[in-house]
Amino acid sequence: MDGVLASLAQAAPFLLKGAAYTVVLSIGGMACGLVLGFLLALMRLSPLKLLRWPARVYVSFIRGTPLLVQLFIIYYGLPQAGIRLDPIPSALIGFSLNMAAYTSEILRGAIASIDRGQWEASYSIGMTPAQTMRRTILPQAARVALPALGNSFVSLVKDTSLAATIQVPELFRQAQLITARTYEVFTMYLAAAALYWVLSTALSWGQHRMEARATRHVRV
Amino acid sequence: MSNGIEPTQTTVEPSVDAPKTPAMGEEVVIRLDNVNKWFGHFHVLKDINLDVRRGERVVVCGPSGSGKSTVIRCINRLEEHQQGDIIVNGVTLTNDVKAIEAIRKDVGMVFQSFNLFPHLTVLENLILGPIWVNKTPRKEAVDTAMYYLERVKIPEQASKYPGQLSGGQQQRVAIARSLCMKPSIMLFDEPTSALDPEMIKEVLDVMVELAQEGMTMICVTHEMGFARSVADTVVFMADGQIVEKNSPKELFANPQEERTRQFLSQIIQH
Repeated sequence: MDGVLASLAQAAPFLLKGAAYTVVLSIGGMACGLVLGFLLALMRLSPLKLLRWPARVYVSFIRGTPLLVQLFIIYYGLPQAGIRLDPIPSALIGFSLNMAAYTSEILRGAIASIDRGQWEASYSIGMTPAQTMRRTILPQAARVALPALGNSFVSLVKDTSLAATIQVPELFRQAQLITARTYEVFTMYLAAAALYWVLSTALSWGQHRMEARATRHVRV
Repeated sequence: MSNGIEPTQTTVEPSVDAPKTPAMGEEVVIRLDNVNKWFGHFHVLKDINLDVRRGERVVVCGPSGSGKSTVIRCINRLEEHQQGDIIVNGVTLTNDVKAIEAIRKDVGMVFQSFNLFPHLTVLENLILGPIWVNKTPRKEAVDTAMYYLERVKIPEQASKYPGQLSGGQQQRVAIARSLCMKPSIMLFDEPTSALDPEMIKEVLDVMVELAQEGMTMICVTHEMGFARSVADTVVFMADGQIVEKNSPKELFANPQEERTRQFLSQIIQH
């Protein structure tokens, strides 16, 4: 038992450093994914076919291919096209592009679920479409989208472990490196799992806080 | 029925007696000139011609599906017409977005289903337009909002969310929200149709007061008591056409068209 604790203590700094990368990749991927996803959602809701179709094909491609393959294309494939990216930027781009497809579907559904009367009331007081989106529709759509976005976020936290395959020194990669030296496979992977669990639980908690804030106005 | 139609039991008389002040000016502020509109193949508006003068109070009535809501929704371009001209305050409605937004600032609208912003408090609902559309300083916007909340007699609800109010209160907030933009014209699209009977009066009272102050109003409603007491003009529509247009006294007492007589007799039967 002492041996396990000692090796955990030794491994802790590496695992925590790995966890920090995991957090950065998760939050970075989610943030960029949300921005891109919102743009994609707007394209998909556009009356113009020229905007709708590219977005549709993009979402279909990303959702229809494994994230692992996407990461490989970016990190190992792009250099052949003359674009050489470091592991962390590669991973960030991969996660952002992937999240964008999923969040765009969530946001599109949430925006479309808001009653037409909300648009009309906003227009009737002279608001522009952009103002209406920002002040009237998005705050309400956010409430609809938050649970699904939270789920996607938790998935992303766990999926960042795939970045281990493209040399990103994140949590799972750190556990792999330690076990390669110490052969404490069971302990280290359990420790890594525990850290993923803590991270996703903390993020879910944050998500619930945001949901509570967004639903203030709903009558109890 | 030749001796006229008395307001029915289901119609609520506004409590305020509205003197027919001759506030109406000569200036035409809304002109619909041969307006036609189709929803797909359905010809919903047929050659609509209507002039509304400053200060005029127009009530539009007619059976459902007659196009009466569509007419007023065309005036602030929530619906687009396909033929003819709609001229509001001298500006002809086209696809010019800036012109449409300018017209909407000056033309308030009240909806059957209130359409308050549920995620904002009553006060926030009222200041949203002034702050973001008119760039009014927040304090001034709040003062204006509180003034109109007093006017519709619910200042104490300012910090509540719409979902916490009764239907009648919500509709009064919706009226106040429009008034906060200081419009010169108000459109009402069946403002009392979604309300319980006991709440209709509180909303009509607010509308009667507005009418007495000389607001130019077009009101789609089935409240014949309201039409009788405040309207300068009643327009009867059926099947996408204006069938008859007259003062309420004349239209109710001596409807010229068979279709109008039919409609009026149906209203008073229950």
